[in-house]
Amino acid sequence: MSEPEEYRPDPLTPVLTRRWLLPESWTLRHYTELGGYEAMRQAFAMAPADLVSLVKDSGLRGRGGAGFPTGMKWSFIPQPKPGEEPTAATEDAPQFKPKYLVINADEGEPGTCKDTPLMMADPHSLIEGCIITAFAIRANFCAIYIRGEIVHAIRRLHFAVQEAYAAGHLGKDIHGSGFDLDIVVHAGAGAYICGEETALLDSLEGRRGQPRLKPPFPATAGLYAAPTVVNNVETIATVPSIVAGGKDWFRTMGRERSPGPKIYSLSGHVERPGQYEAPLGTTLRQLLEMAGGMKDGIPLKFWTPGGSSTPLFTDEHLDVPLDFEGAAEAGSMLGTTAVMIFNETVSVPWAVMKWTEFYEHESCGKCTPCREGNYWLAGILRRMNDGQGTEEDIDTLLDVCSNVLGRSFCALGDGAVSPITSGIKYFRQEFLDLCQAQPAATDRVLAGAH
Amino acid sequence: MTQAPEQEAPPVPEGHVRLTIDGRTVDAPKGEILIRTCERLGIVVPRFCDHPLLEPAGACRQCLVEVEMGGRPMPKPQASCTMTVADGMVVKTQVTSAVADKAQQGVMELLLINHPLDCPICDKGGECPLQNQAMSSGRAESRFHEHKRTFEKPLPISDEVLLDRERCVLCQRCTRFSDQIAGDPFIELLERGAHQQIGTEETAWGAGEEFQSYFSGNTIQICPVGALTSASYRFRSRPFDLVSTPGQCEHCASGCSTRRDWRRGGVTRVLAGEEPTVNEEWLCDKGRFAFRYPASPQRVLQPMVREDGVLTPVPWVDALERAATLLAGARDGRGEPRTGEDGEELAPKRGVGVLPGGRLTVEDAYAYAKFARLALHTNDVDQRARAHSDEELDFLAGHVAGVAPSHVSYAHLEAARTVLCVAFDPEEESPIVFLRLRKAARHGTRVVHVGSWTTPAVVKTGGHLLAAVPGEEPAALADLPDDLAAALAAPGAVVLVGERAAEVPGLLTAVSELGARTGARIAWVPRRAGERGGVDAGALPTLLPGARRVDDADAREAVAAVWGVPSLPAAPGRDLTAMLTAARDGELAGLVLGGVELADLPDPDLARAALAEADVVISLEQVLSEVTEHADVVLPVAPAVNRSGTYRNWEGRDRPFATTIDPGQGGSGRVGGTAAVTLPDCRVLDSLAVEMDVDLFTQTPQAAAAELAELGTVAVTPSTPATRPSSPDVSDGTRLTSDDSSGPPLTGRVRLATWRQLIDGGALLAEETDLPGTARPPRLRVAAGTAERLGLVAGEPARLGDTLDLVVELADLPADVVWAPSHVPVPGGVVTLAGLGLGHGDLVDVAAPVAAAVAPVVAHGEPQ
Repeated sequence: MSEPEEYRPDPLTPVLTRRWLLPESWTLRHYTELGGYEAMRQAFAMAPADLVSLVKDSGLRGRGGAGFPTGMKWSFIPQPKPGEEPTAATEDAPQFKPKYLVINADEGEPGTCKDTPLMMADPHSLIEGCIITAFAIRANFCAIYIRGEIVHAIRRLHFAVQEAYAAGHLGKDIHGSGFDLDIVVHAGAGAYICGEETALLDSLEGRRGQPRLKPPFPATAGLYAAPTVVNNVETIATVPSIVAGGKDWFRTMGRERSPGPKIYSLSGHVERPGQYEAPLGTTLRQLLEMAGGMKDGIPLKFWTPGGSSTPLFTDEHLDVPLDFEGAAEAGSMLGTTAVMIFNETVSVPWAVMKWTEFYEHESCGKCTPCREGNYWLAGILRRMNDGQGTEEDIDTLLDVCSNVLGRSFCALGDGAVSPITSGIKYFRQEFLDLCQAQPAATDRVLAGAH
Repeated sequence: MTQAPEQEAPPVPEGHVRLTIDGRTVDAPKGEILIRTCERLGIVVPRFCDHPLLEPAGACRQCLVEVEMGGRPMPKPQASCTMTVADGMVVKTQVTSAVADKAQQGVMELLLINHPLDCPICDKGGECPLQNQAMSSGRAESRFHEHKRTFEKPLPISDEVLLDRERCVLCQRCTRFSDQIAGDPFIELLERGAHQQIGTEETAWGAGEEFQSYFSGNTIQICPVGALTSASYRFRSRPFDLVSTPGQCEHCASGCSTRRDWRRGGVTRVLAGEEPTVNEEWLCDKGRFAFRYPASPQRVLQPMVREDGVLTPVPWVDALERAATLLAGARDGRGEPRTGEDGEELAPKRGVGVLPGGRLTVEDAYAYAKFARLALHTNDVDQRARAHSDEELDFLAGHVAGVAPSHVSYAHLEAARTVLCVAFDPEEESPIVFLRLRKAARHGTRVVHVGSWTTPAVVKTGGHLLAAVPGEEPAALADLPDDLAAALAAPGAVVLVGERAAEVPGLLTAVSELGARTGARIAWVPRRAGERGGVDAGALPTLLPGARRVDDADAREAVAAVWGVPSLPAAPGRDLTAMLTAARDGELAGLVLGGVELADLPDPDLARAALAEADVVISLEQVLSEVTEHADVVLPVAPAVNRSGTYRNWEGRDRPFATTIDPGQGGSGRVGGTAAVTLPDCRVLDSLAVEMDVDLFTQTPQAAAAELAELGTVAVTPSTPATRPSSPDVSDGTRLTSDDSSGPPLTGRVRLATWRQLIDGGALLAEETDLPGTARPPRLRVAAGTAERLGLVAGEPARLGDTLDLVVELADLPADVVWAPSHVPVPGGVVTLAGLGLGHGDLVDVAAPVAAAVAPVVAHGEPQ
């Protein structure tokens, strides 16, 4: 939230962060003063299907990492055809079940820190987004599944929901629209896997948080086996501005296939780490300029474009446009635009080990590759960092990574091996340097022999 | 299959899709899981979590294959255990795809890194999917240096099941079985990531609800590694040292296929056999673990006759001769003349009754039925060693005898929209019927239980209880809620009625009338394995073999013709209670008893008196018992494991089995360490009959079965019992009329509901020490309000009748009703409510125990 005063993004007027620097920005009064809850009134005047089309046409893509087109996700929710009434044969069909909106606020990936400040500084933008989205998908219940550790944000969100109820923005027959909506803020219990949408739903239902088998997808059988939209906080907080500003305005920002503004979370060795809202497609070079450059002028060594699950970039990638396509073309992913910046003082094998230890700790244990793979990968990395590694270990790391990537049940395993494979890809010599003067593996005791 | 290239491919059958697997075209039913289609082609894709009877999980990732859809390869290998087939799909398994092969090798390596190399001492070694698949899909050498995870071992999940967590591959078959199949989800995944493990509340917290399930043994069998092991089998043998013989479970009327693994004359373990139409791949713990009774020190291995009041072993010839002489004398009334009370001379006692018991094979029951009619000239034969009535005889004749599985089968239960259970707690009384009802309930069948409280079986089959006051079930059936009556009138509806319906006058008639009124099909589910076969074999006083009625002259003639005798006794026989009464009163001279436990009988004291009074008691037994204490001759008979035969299950389905261990075969002729050749009941009876100059032609079960088949079954049309139950007997004050319930209840007197629990100290549990540990503890159940009125406190003992103390547990019973199990195991035996003179529907005194005038009987395992 240390947005520098000299920063004047062009052509962007801050959208998501425009209230963040106000004193007590989180209050309903400030939110309303700056046009808050106007989009909700506009939305109520529209047909739900038109809202879905509007968001579809705006090109908004999910901000949780995967970049799935938001409007398309909403359109997957089965709705009764005009005039269709349930019959004995169809009464259990998904279109006649209740619909649910679930907000994924379980922000827990190393480096990712955009939703928490958003909910701290401007919770009503999320709540207004929830109202509009729920109206669009005809849901009367919305759950915000928030990471249990961020107690301050949970409190602020609770307060904002109370304020919204008191102002009549939530509850029965909101502002005479005939639309009912209840929002429940549910705190998670500290598992990274619960950011995976189906594990989140299981956790929300009171079960063990482990990913579900798909299909069925949440759009047809999500929360309590009813059609459910699961969206990220930033995605939904973007929705009111689309309704208020229109799709053409929205598309003036960002790039053709990745339009709109985005909060980039800069952390690490930069002069002014923090949240920087910029159009999608902004490069690290531009972001570093906004953030005052590398800390103490020590040169950049490597960075992540979107959190620890996205493959590393190096100083070769300073001009990669950071949008969904740009990051992918350069061999990584946009992820959550959690830009972690590391200078030359940082050992890549050490950083990779720390990340892998995170995944070792957070793997839910459901599937073999992720559960066992991360456990043993972390062990190898710890040994290498202790100076006990061998060159064969590097091959073992890469081979085990290839047996985890694309083989695990959910995307956690895929993301977990990104730091290792990309770290070795760009900095193999650093790993080799750790293995100097180690005996060959044949002389060593292998697991299973003790 | 080779096809000429110009030949057009046949059209895809309706409801099927066509796909290619490893270059071979195959049609698969829509919705089939890919791994099954591979199986049908003979392609074995390695797997751990996949199990055809469990919902797909996709957890182990061992079964990855490459899939191409619509010409586009999917970017990642897919788990073939979760993917359903689709038209045009192209699949490459490890056979043709290097990617799939590497993926499988990779997963296998990850599973093996942590797995201990203790195969040489592991129970699973030699029959272990992990071991086998490590050979097919694993790498021979490790490349990891770190230490394996270790856990304290073994962790007792229950008295029977032990868990070695370091062997576990976390496939979750056991937890999914517990949750989906048994519905006893006390075993769960704990922790996460590499620390994830299987456990129970108790293992997680050191305290909590115990793992209590009648089906826990199945988790041992479906565990694809040696993580879950059987306490009774652990470290006992190697699978390749055992002989595996298919068998049939002798414990109840469910009719499960089993596999008996044995060596050195003894069974070392019993596994569930695969029988999709009956038990699928499951077995209850009683069937799995209660197999040690043949090794009981009480086993009778030689014929014995009573000399000077002491049973003395004698050769078979002597024993048979003695028994035949005694029986012929008793039959013909050649005993001492009796003297009446006033000194007048009375006719000598005359006649012999036959009580075969309910645990027989069809062939044995047939032999008893024929023995009674030909050797003893009587219809006095009744296999029902339990509460019984004339009404029941009519019901059995009208609804059960001769009915084939096409009437009601397991498949019917699964397909039914509605099933009504009457006087039947399926989990306690026929566990595999319970599993099928639960499966049906999970797929939408409405299973309604007429009972007195929401038992675990009710909960796990959907929770529909139609509460009825004990004794008033007939009224409940006569006045069903409209929606239930309508549902029962819909096609496919089934009414399951248990054997204890005979305890409630009018109930079987009400069931019959309900069937007539709604068209719902009726099936009778007895507890014991032999009861259903005995009905068909004629081991009842009013029925001849093949559903023929004794009072039908044509039927008698038909049977007599096959048996080669001029005629059969025409007078319907006496039932068990009538026979015992006659024997006690000095009218009946002799009794022939099969496997009958006096404690099981409706009036054990009557039976004791009858045995004491009868001149001749011939016992065909496996073990020394209360009956043999009174017997003049004891003829040993073979346990199921040493013989062949056929059980007929509740469906009416024949469940034939061959001899597992033939004691006559050379060095293996030992049973529990004792050389012994025992014979089936039918063979013993045949020899006995020969001594009485009668030929039964039941030398072997095969011969008996052939003759029974020749007799055939007459067509049966279900009919309502002709015998109306006599009005409840109120003279002794034990039965209530419904009017009584309106008045204020007598202090301390409440109505008793009771039935038996699955594991309650029966004779076939002998020698099995672990099983009682997972038995449901005997409890007195009562509603909170009634408990308060009676001064009972949950968790504290209550006294039932004069002497029996049971711990109180609150449940949703009707007011002024208590429930207690019919049999309560106590140290050294069993206390039965029948033995205390108490039955279902009786009035009983219940109170918090005060200083005991009589030494109380404390239930086994209760806090003292």
